Amino acid sequence: MFKIEELKKSLLISLWFAFLTFPLLVIKVNPIERTVLWRWENMVYVAIGSFVISILVRLFYLHQERRRERVARGEITLGDPWIQTLLSEPRYLYPFSAAVLAVSLVFPFLFSTYQTNIMITALMYVVLGLGLNIVVGLAGLLDLGYVAFYAVGAYSYALLNYHFDIGFWMALPIGALLAALFGVLLGFPVLRLRGDYLAIVTLGFGEIIRLILENWNEFSQGPSGISNIPRPGLFGMELSLDQAILYLYYLMIAAVAFTIFVVNRLQDSRIGRAWVALREDEIACQAMGIDKRKTKLTAFALGATWAGIVGVIFAAKTTFINPASFTFLESAIILCIVVLGGMGSIFGVIVGALILILLPEHLRALSDYRMLAFGAVLVTMMIFRPQGVVANIRRSYRFESKVDGEAR
Amino acid sequence: MSRPVLQVEGLSMDFGGIRAMCELDLEVDQGQIVALIGPNGAGKTTFFNCVTGIYNPTEGSIFLNPPDGGKAIRLNGLKPNQVTEKGMARTFQNIRLFQKMTVLENVMIGRHCRTRSYIAGAVFKTRATRREERQTVEISYQILEKVGLAEVVNELAENLPYGAQRRLEIARALATEPFLLLLDEPAAGMNPQETQELDDLIKRIRDEGHSILLIEHDMKLVMSLSDKIYVVDYGKKIAEGSPQQVSSDPAVIKAYLGEDIDA
Ligand SMILES: Nc1ncnc2c1ncn2[C@@H]1O[C@H](COP(=O)(O)OP(=O)(O)OP(=O)(O)O)[C@@H](O)[C@H]1O
Ligand SMILES: [Mg+2]
Repeated sequence: MFKIEELKKSLLISLWFAFLTFPLLVIKVNPIERTVLWRWENMVYVAIGSFVISILVRLFYLHQERRRERVARGEITLGDPWIQTLLSEPRYLYPFSAAVLAVSLVFPFLFSTYQTNIMITALMYVVLGLGLNIVVGLAGLLDLGYVAFYAVGAYSYALLNYHFDIGFWMALPIGALLAALFGVLLGFPVLRLRGDYLAIVTLGFGEIIRLILENWNEFSQGPSGISNIPRPGLFGMELSLDQAILYLYYLMIAAVAFTIFVVNRLQDSRIGRAWVALREDEIACQAMGIDKRKTKLTAFALGATWAGIVGVIFAAKTTFINPASFTFLESAIILCIVVLGGMGSIFGVIVGALILILLPEHLRALSDYRMLAFGAVLVTMMIFRPQGVVANIRRSYRFESKVDGEAR
Repeated sequence: MSRPVLQVEGLSMDFGGIRAMCELDLEVDQGQIVALIGPNGAGKTTFFNCVTGIYNPTEGSIFLNPPDGGKAIRLNGLKPNQVTEKGMARTFQNIRLFQKMTVLENVMIGRHCRTRSYIAGAVFKTRATRREERQTVEISYQILEKVGLAEVVNELAENLPYGAQRRLEIARALATEPFLLLLDEPAAGMNPQETQELDDLIKRIRDEGHSILLIEHDMKLVMSLSDKIYVVDYGKKIAEGSPQQVSSDPAVIKAYLGEDIDA
């Protein structure tokens, strides 16, 4: 079944890798003692590792091809994966959602405050991911500067509170609105850009916002940041730290539920369809009567809104912010969440956020290799499952009689 | 009453130094099927792109006259989506469907410019929005029935066979409620039976009151459908008239068959 030919190819690949990594992994020069250490065992590891991986990749492709052939011959049918059934059938979806909600409501009582705190962070990234998903997943606009809107939200609460003593609940809508405004601001210059160019300009935009915050001392207090930001109040009650974390946790649960609700409705609407059409074919989209400018700007604005909301919550959670929290790395992580989870799929993005945020927290030992792992995960996904962990499925409509269509 | 729905005068289009379209005049009368033919690279698609606002023509004027007697609309300088809103929709020679959307959704996109609901309506699902969505689905389904795609409404557009994709493009354009429909080689890649069905479909669309401007290489189809034919070559009009007039025109025969043929 597995041809010698294939084995030969894998062998060549492993030799090539061993050769490429030779200077880095095998030779170790000690300049003080003027000795050279030859670590031949590393070469063996690299060779064996790359050989095994290459065989696995080949086997995977072989398996897929077989499967496709069998489907083509009609021996098996490609059924809906169970996850799609779960998400598209109300009789499974509602109990499932209820169970998830129940678990998340009792979560803080089952786990330590530390765990709850991590969960709050993960939930924040869920909302960020869902927001970026509007821009990248639905409208297909690659935005690498999403963190800028997050910063706008955080700084609007911090500064409004610092100067005008404005409370959390007032700052929440203001932060969201300001972020949306910045979304439009970014949207205008990039209306005509696509693909790589769009990515570069948005990347620059994110960096500009961060650099302004870092250097404009009179405005943002520069790199030293703003401290003593109050936590959200609960009808003027003073909360202890533990209580505050609990409160924030439920706040985030509510925020996530709200986001899912809104994004789901948007996705399944006239605008949501226009976004996807824009992603699929810009020229055809315009030729079908869709205003490209307006559609793009709404995508940028509605995507940014969520970052603004999470930004305000972030400032309230940490009580201290500085520009170092809003580097390109954050944008990259959020983008990873969307791509890994499944572009355009709400459930996918949630899964992606939980995986990418919770896993590194629990595998502290690997935290040095975090970026390496992100990169590896993304490349692997692109090869094996470009549609993400949970692929987005289009809504289907059922038509009972000939003429009048009944939706779902 | 005798006002043409589309009135193009002196249309020229330059790409850098190349003149792809040279002072073309063209009219489409209400309820008629007009064909635009010519050898490859003659500038037919360029003409469509100029008229629909994808290109900005170098010279010339384009007017749309709504058949309900409304004011004449100058199309020069309008964006493609505005042109569609005014009542002229098109299909593409190299199919441009929204591949990852379902067949029904593709047609629903066509309804976009005839519906209004926006962010608030979508989030709160107001009564107006729900009614509008229901209508969108209904109308889209009816159009799909008309073009014979009602069986595959939930299929992804990319999974349709070629001929069906072409018909879906027509359905999508029809959903924008155009009074003038521009079809760019709708029969390309179709087998004879599919072409025959397309012939019937285009006639039915015409009978419903749409005017049609058609680019096509399949001469049998062109001769069967057209009330009037324009022939272009190297961006210039070389003949116009009824199918009989055009098919016996020496300039046309020369353009299609080359210099050496003589009758
Ligand atoms: N965007 C463009 N830039 C430069 N040249 C162009 C452009 N679009 C079209 N052309 C040129 O204009 C000429 C006419 O092209 P067009 O696509 O309109 O031909 P056509 O009549 O539709 O041909 P076919 O029957 O092959 O579809 C061609 O020579 C083409 O190379
Ligand atoms: Mg063409």
